Amino acid sequence: MNRFLLPMAVFVPLVVVLAVGIYRAPQKDIIASPLIGKPAPDFALPDLADAARTVHAADLKGRWYLFNVWGTWCGGCRAEHETLLEIRRANVLPLVGLDWKDDDAQARAWLTQLGNPYAVVAVDHAGRTAIDYGVYGAPETFLINPQGLVVYKVVGEVTHDVWTREILPRVPRAAFPGT
Amino acid sequence: MLPELGLFALVLALLLAGLQAFFGIAGPALGRERWIAAVTPAVAGQFVMVATAVGCLAAAFIGDDFSVRYVASNSNSALPLFYRVTALWGAHEGSLLLWILLLAAWTVAVAVGAARLPRHFAARVLGVLGVVSFGFLLFTLATSNPFLRLDPPAGDGADLNPILQDPALAVHPPILYTGYVGFAVAFAFACAAMLEGRLDQEWARWTRPWTTTAWGFLTCGIALGSFWAYYELGWGGFWFWDPVENASFMPWLVGTALIHSLAVTDKRGLFKSWTLLLAILAFSLSMLGTFLVRSGVLVSVHSFAADPARGIFILAFLVLMIGGALALYAWRAPLLKSTAGFEFGARESFLLFNNLLLVIAAATVFAGTLAPLISDALKLGTLSVGAPYFNPTFMLTMLPLMALLPLGIHAGWKRGRLSDSARTLLLTLAGAAIFALALCFGIFAHGAVLTPVGAALGAWVILASLVDPLDRWRRGLSLSRAVLGMTVAHIGLGLAVIALTSVESFTFERDVALGSGASTSAAGYEFRFDGVAPIEGPNYDGVGATITVTRGGAPVAVLKPQKRQYWVQHQLTTVTAIHMSRGNNLLVALGDDLGAGRWSIRIQIRPLVTLIWLAALIMAIGGAVAASDRRYRPARAPAAAPLPGAAGEQPT
Amino acid sequence: MSRARPLRLSGVLAALAALALARGALAVDPTQMPTPELEQRYLALTHELRCMQCQNETLADSPVELAADLRHEIRDMLLAGKSDAEVRAFMVARYGDFILFRPRFTPRTAWLWLAPGVLLLVGVLVLVRVLRQRAALLPGDLTPVDEDAPN
Repeated sequence: MNRFLLPMAVFVPLVVVLAVGIYRAPQKDIIASPLIGKPAPDFALPDLADAARTVHAADLKGRWYLFNVWGTWCGGCRAEHETLLEIRRANVLPLVGLDWKDDDAQARAWLTQLGNPYAVVAVDHAGRTAIDYGVYGAPETFLINPQGLVVYKVVGEVTHDVWTREILPRVPRAAFPGT
Repeated sequence: MLPELGLFALVLALLLAGLQAFFGIAGPALGRERWIAAVTPAVAGQFVMVATAVGCLAAAFIGDDFSVRYVASNSNSALPLFYRVTALWGAHEGSLLLWILLLAAWTVAVAVGAARLPRHFAARVLGVLGVVSFGFLLFTLATSNPFLRLDPPAGDGADLNPILQDPALAVHPPILYTGYVGFAVAFAFACAAMLEGRLDQEWARWTRPWTTTAWGFLTCGIALGSFWAYYELGWGGFWFWDPVENASFMPWLVGTALIHSLAVTDKRGLFKSWTLLLAILAFSLSMLGTFLVRSGVLVSVHSFAADPARGIFILAFLVLMIGGALALYAWRAPLLKSTAGFEFGARESFLLFNNLLLVIAAATVFAGTLAPLISDALKLGTLSVGAPYFNPTFMLTMLPLMALLPLGIHAGWKRGRLSDSARTLLLTLAGAAIFALALCFGIFAHGAVLTPVGAALGAWVILASLVDPLDRWRRGLSLSRAVLGMTVAHIGLGLAVIALTSVESFTFERDVALGSGASTSAAGYEFRFDGVAPIEGPNYDGVGATITVTRGGAPVAVLKPQKRQYWVQHQLTTVTAIHMSRGNNLLVALGDDLGAGRWSIRIQIRPLVTLIWLAALIMAIGGAVAASDRRYRPARAPAAAPLPGAAGEQPT
Repeated sequence: MSRARPLRLSGVLAALAALALARGALAVDPTQMPTPELEQRYLALTHELRCMQCQNETLADSPVELAADLRHEIRDMLLAGKSDAEVRAFMVARYGDFILFRPRFTPRTAWLWLAPGVLLLVGVLVLVRVLRQRAALLPGDLTPVDEDAPN
């Protein structure tokens, strides 16, 4: 072989890699969660509705649920709130909220004003639980199965499309209430 | 009205670039003299059109024309005039226009200088440059039009990113791009030689000044960026191995290899195909850099807004240009053999080593920069690469390079005869070692193992470079500019290594929480926090602190770091206060309000950091001096006969 | 899709005291560790880990609250006697390999770490071969060269 073809032989695979890179670029800012397939981390946090009560992750086992990280300071959370209410109305699986780095009074007012899609909201002031879930911005939402394993993670807002195309298909029909 | 004129000018520029490319390449190939004669007017016309377009955009900025989308996104009525002009290259579309302008300017320069080159060869060079211009103009018009209108016009602009509102920004992109784009000239010379099917020592001699000049600009551009990061970003860092920084560093490394390889081809007619390949590689890396910054494939603080469509266009352009050049290379390179020989210890060997180490350094930076991309594409998972990878791997090639440099300078062509210089080399090494030890243990008290090694190598390069020139000066002999330039550049390199070693080893950094009136001491200096006060500027307000620095009771400086909140973009910017004292850089940055009058404050003492950029400037000056040597100017009458001294060359 | 950043708006000083936006502001971290050895390890770790929100900054430099929380975690872990490896493992388990600025040496990353050395080795071998070829050509090479000219 003409050894002067060597540079070309290096160039071609490089172009392929770059092309693949462009193709996958839109997914670039979504860093894959290492928690997929692993147990959802445990926590024991105060309930937003009643500070005397504690919400335990263990209590939530046994059914499919969505774990949604939000805060009143978060613009994206405000934007996705409509979809969360829609999910609540669909009544397929409950929403558990994690109020992250927020003010309790403001959070309660927010839910009263905008509607409360959550079955229960746990309050994380210190941020430790969020760290355990590998949260690095809000909103983020985790789909968790009855065995307590994380099946899917949405980084960013849950839109109607994400709900119907990514989340719903992952929940088996048998889990739907009334079936 | 003016923006439309600008757009029209760009379209004309595209047409003229197309003509320049066509006539430049087809003319010589088909022997059409009239076509060849049309090339230079096309070059001039293209430059005028591009300059007109830039002028129109500048007018839109200066006149606060917020009906132009680009102006509305990057400017504001409260923005000072100076920054309204520099905002032109503050984002993707405008910076691309700057690139095109500089390419057109280089092309004009080459057209003027090429008056002394053989007509067909010159036409081909300009033709290849025309192809590059055409590609970039097409890219701009198709995906990145800076003259798009907003309807209805914006009331006011979104303001220039506050980080970019700095004098260094005014010069960093133009100078950097001048270097980046300048490698297109070497690329064009290489392609022209391949198209013509002839590459000889004269070709190398013609190419050298262009390449060295581009290299000099790139050196300055990179140094300016680093300097700006240090003064602007507030963390006292000056190099982050950020993908965009690496994108400019890789062409620089290969460009350095290229100027040395050209020296061997010029002198001995050796390494022709290797030099060709380096010329292609240097510009390819420039183009790759453009791709990386604008396509969104890599995460970086610097990157322009990501757009996959742009990425695809640039990639296609890359494939055509570089693929074409590499195909030419595979076709022509086999014919470029030389039968010149040299000894193991000859200068040629050292320059080969130089090339090897520089290219591997570039390959390493390349691997680290693209690793996340490669790993992701091959489904190997997400990978992240930072300074902890780049620093050690870079030193792996750079330490041997520095160690071989003094030997290479004293080795003769063809036969080396290093033994003649053995005494000189040993003496200079001893001197360097003494200097290093004095630096490490005399002036500063500590350091890692590599510290004296780095300092010694830098000092050895300086001393070894000075020996012959000083000797010639002493004997009243003249020194050619080429040699003088080389000496100055190598001294710059030595200084840079000494500076970098000092900074990496002897930096002192501490973050403290201080209340008003409290002080802390660091490296012999006392820093007293004298409280904060509100500040206001033309388009920002914020808080400024006063820190009084003393040394042993004697006043040294009063530093005023600030935190600014820009009105339009609501962005918080930290402005560090920096003071030079006895070769040390004292850096103070304001952190957070901790309540009750206490603030967190960062103090950094960095010895010799300014020397880094000074040394880079010295390197660039050396390059400029070398490039100006008359030796490199072609003879008045273009040579048609075979060249003397080019024996052993195969006819093509 | 928006990624939210914390913002409190209430006057210049308060705004400045508030969590700063990503670029252009820096975090000053006056955390003190009880011993110099722990201090060294703390600084090394916070400089080696990436801020996941401002992805090109280290945890040490990033001004966002997440970074402050993570620095706090690291501090607590070091005080509790955990090793550097355990701290890294903690971070990677939650955020993946992306949080490390120093890629680990695993079968998937081995190519990256080995590349420079391998390239150097191959390069030197090729170089030596070329030098031998050229040295062999020397006797037959009668071209006049000014051997002492530096350029």
